[in-house]
Amino acid sequence: MKIIVCLKQVPDTNEVKIDPVKGTLIREGVPSIINPDDRNALEEALRIKDENPDTIVTVVSMGPPQADVALKEALAMGADDAILLSDRAFAGSDTWATSTAIAGALKQIGDYDIILCGRQAIDGDTAQVGPQIAEHLGLPQITYVEKLEVKEGKVIARRALEDGYYVVECETPVLLTAIKELNEPRYPSIKGIYKAYREEDRVKVWSANDYDVDRENIGLDGSPTEVSKSFTPAGRDSACEILEGNGKEAARQLVVRLKERKII
Amino acid sequence: MAIKVIKEKCVGCGACVTVCPADAINMIDKKAVITDKCIACGACINKCPVKAIYKESTKNGGVNVDDYRGVWVFAEQREGKTLNVVRELLGEGRKIADELGTELAAVLLGHNMEEEADLLVKYGADRVIYVDDELLDVYTTDGYSKVIFELIEERKPEILLIGATNIGRDLGPKLSAKVHTGLTADCTRLDVDKENRRLMMTRPAFGGNLMATILCPKHRPQMSTVRPGVMEKAKLHEDHEGVVEVVKSDLKAEDIKAKVIEVVKSDKPVVALEEAPIIVSGGRGLGNEEGFKLIEELAEKLGGVVGASRATVDTNWIDHSHQVGQTGKTVRPGLYVACGISGAIQHLAGMQDSKCIVAINKDANAPIFEVADYGIVGDLYEVIPELLKALDNVDDIMEAIKALS
Amino acid sequence: MNFTLTKEQEMVRNVMREFAVNEVEPIAADVDETGRFPKENVEKMARAHMLGIPFPEEYGGAGGDEVAYAIAVEELSKVCATTGVILSAHTSLGSWPIYKFGTEEQKQKYLVPLAKGEKLGAFGLTEPNAGTDAAGQQTVAVLDGDHYVLNGSKIFITNGGQADTYVIFAMTDRTKGTRGISAFIVEADTPGFSIGKVEDKLGIRGSATTELIFQNCRIPKENLLGEEGKGFKIAMATLDGGRIGIASQALGIAQGALDVTVEYLKERQQFGRPLSKFQGLQWMVADMETEINAARLLVYNAAFNKANGLPYNKEAAMAKLFAANTAMSVTTKCVQLHGGYGYTKDYPVERMMRDAKITEIYEGTSQVQQMVIAANVLR
Repeated sequence: MKIIVCLKQVPDTNEVKIDPVKGTLIREGVPSIINPDDRNALEEALRIKDENPDTIVTVVSMGPPQADVALKEALAMGADDAILLSDRAFAGSDTWATSTAIAGALKQIGDYDIILCGRQAIDGDTAQVGPQIAEHLGLPQITYVEKLEVKEGKVIARRALEDGYYVVECETPVLLTAIKELNEPRYPSIKGIYKAYREEDRVKVWSANDYDVDRENIGLDGSPTEVSKSFTPAGRDSACEILEGNGKEAARQLVVRLKERKII
Repeated sequence: MAIKVIKEKCVGCGACVTVCPADAINMIDKKAVITDKCIACGACINKCPVKAIYKESTKNGGVNVDDYRGVWVFAEQREGKTLNVVRELLGEGRKIADELGTELAAVLLGHNMEEEADLLVKYGADRVIYVDDELLDVYTTDGYSKVIFELIEERKPEILLIGATNIGRDLGPKLSAKVHTGLTADCTRLDVDKENRRLMMTRPAFGGNLMATILCPKHRPQMSTVRPGVMEKAKLHEDHEGVVEVVKSDLKAEDIKAKVIEVVKSDKPVVALEEAPIIVSGGRGLGNEEGFKLIEELAEKLGGVVGASRATVDTNWIDHSHQVGQTGKTVRPGLYVACGISGAIQHLAGMQDSKCIVAINKDANAPIFEVADYGIVGDLYEVIPELLKALDNVDDIMEAIKALS
Repeated sequence: MNFTLTKEQEMVRNVMREFAVNEVEPIAADVDETGRFPKENVEKMARAHMLGIPFPEEYGGAGGDEVAYAIAVEELSKVCATTGVILSAHTSLGSWPIYKFGTEEQKQKYLVPLAKGEKLGAFGLTEPNAGTDAAGQQTVAVLDGDHYVLNGSKIFITNGGQADTYVIFAMTDRTKGTRGISAFIVEADTPGFSIGKVEDKLGIRGSATTELIFQNCRIPKENLLGEEGKGFKIAMATLDGGRIGIASQALGIAQGALDVTVEYLKERQQFGRPLSKFQGLQWMVADMETEINAARLLVYNAAFNKANGLPYNKEAAMAKLFAANTAMSVTTKCVQLHGGYGYTKDYPVERMMRDAKITEIYEGTSQVQQMVIAANVLR
């Protein structure tokens, strides 16, 4: 079985802070991590490989040259090969252009039974690139997968809904997007880390020239959407009344305020 | 489209560098230089005191936008009932359609749903495009995306709004790729540039740290998924008139490759955070999973439901369905009590429109106090039990106050 | 001169930190309270190849280096010193002597499963009357045909009862003093080998510390490690490396205590402002940060020397002496900075202070480290 996992290196948004004076993002010192949902996608691929050792797991990422760290980490977790799509021509891509660039690379790889993506990346939270890759490749998709069973030539997946789930059956090849509930990702092995760095050629870097992709449809200019402006969200202007005193006094004051405003 | 610097005008003040969220501007020889990291957000343009930065539009491709008219909303249904978010989309869609002077249509896919179709008219749709087919009874990506794609190709709407539900977020990107148009996810605000008939779609980015307004200038329809709970619901008008158009589909069973073989409703009660009048939320300050018992107790006493910060969901103290914030739910209850929540921006993004916010936190500098109406600086394990007692004796306390005044 | 970590070491740190925060920290207080051995985490560490970091892949190791290993112990010890010493004793004391002094057959049979983490290792040198004076060994080994017969006992053995493979020292020729000591590889289930008293300790309470008892315990001749009479040399060489592990543990304890204290100082309000705004307390923080960083440089320097085949006997001793002092002084100050809360189990600093003390004692007391350093300087 051949599995491709798409993953993204993202800044850990849990660590992103706002400069209180300037109101801008402080990005310095924010660690880069493998996007959490993508880790679940990779774990599922590796789980399948554990059960069927002849499975080949290839990880693909698009990003700047430094994103190779995320791919090395994926190799250290147990992936077989890695491809980094890195080219200035990709810069500024929206989800449509990103999915076009990645789908082109996957077409080049050609041979796959399952493509696994994370549901969404924590820096954008769009959840779009997975389904868009599926459409570009003409593949069926199952998103929000929380449980997966792989059988001969088909998958049976539980896809999460807000109020329950669907059990979905689909023949391979198919694209799946993983959510946190799907599994518990393993830690990269220390041995894997050293191996990934020792065998330098295990992360291949592809530029837009290395495979067939329509340059009209990638990068900033190939993106249907554009950012017209961005701003930091306005806080509330109501000043907070700090209720003084010990726990008991503060609690009583609060109850009085809420009662007076007929909130309770 | 790219951000450019007019070197002659640039005075090297560096204002653009500090405002850039992508760290994409370097000062070289006292002139601003835009690097590859640029995400073309335009933050620097507004900041530049000498107007030395501008945006150059060079978008490729696109369609003749004048061929496209009308606002569509996707009327998502489950088990034959349209979701609440559909009412929200109709409310927002009505405003947009009126501003553009065009028709508002609801696209309903399902089976035996004539009554629901009529109801959509009463909620403001001028037209209901109702595709009735047994194969559309339960949502499938393949079935729904094929039918709606064909409708778009044939009728050319200029705007399509979809609820950002687990299903809407499956359908939206699939459709946008099929149609070759842009899609803006999880919008929290929609405005119209009337002159250019452009939808200005505003959404949180970087975990809610930044808001971005997105345009889709040359492709149609302009697609957006809209966060449930954010827009105001359309009101029911019995006398609103519209057309219900029943459309036959040529969908065949073999078109559906990913087949739904079982539909399971959750037996755990759905946490209706978006609907709750009172929410009591717990954060990392609880210290452990057990802390939620206290939160539950307070919620019950107040007649509310339990919410949670992302940190507590990530550490599996509580189910994701309780999560409030950027990656959880957006809520605006009458009362929101944040206990042990520091107020990371992604949390604030989901609850700061609550009518009254109470924050209980040990750290007096926690950002949660900046959005709170009332704050108590203290250990929640001391404060909440006192609060429970005070709520039990609320009448006595009020009496005592009255006697004093 | 280059003070930056390699990319591999950097990633090892990130992975260990994530592991420590997600898996180790949540149970650290319980492990301390109940004194239970955190077996589940040792198993998880094995799966991620954390139990054989400095050993080559052909012997089941991760193919990493000594600095990465020191970082691993440091990161674990930041949240749980018990877990730190389990890794240190297993790697430096239980596995390394087999790697360094074992025959190819011994390495295949014993080192491979240890380095893979399938088996846990321990090291038995100390006896009731042979602590700092390790030469006073009472345990004897007598050759009888194809076997050595061991009699005697060991005390204060880390990983005792939990380990599968022990490196044990015994007198094979009492007339020769230290040159009469030999080293043996002993399997846990060898008849005549049993676990005696289990110690109830001040700190590192989840780490198993036990007595080992040998009563006519027959060890196959081929389990002699190195040559007969070379045991003392093997023990001393092993402890040189072990000190890097313990120095890393001490460093981790100190850093962990400072980290939680910094959080506390920013949060805790007195006189209407956070403690972090009081200059007197800022001075204490500055001193602690400086001491910890100095300790880190000594520890990584010793590890670097070991990894690169440079002398490290003095360096390891200095690292352990200074890091252990730092751990004790920093954790004591951190309890102080927490005030009354620091003295309670509501905060982890009291545990860290109790854990810190052992680093001044085991694998050579601070006074022994001074002896080693002085001997190097004054020779």
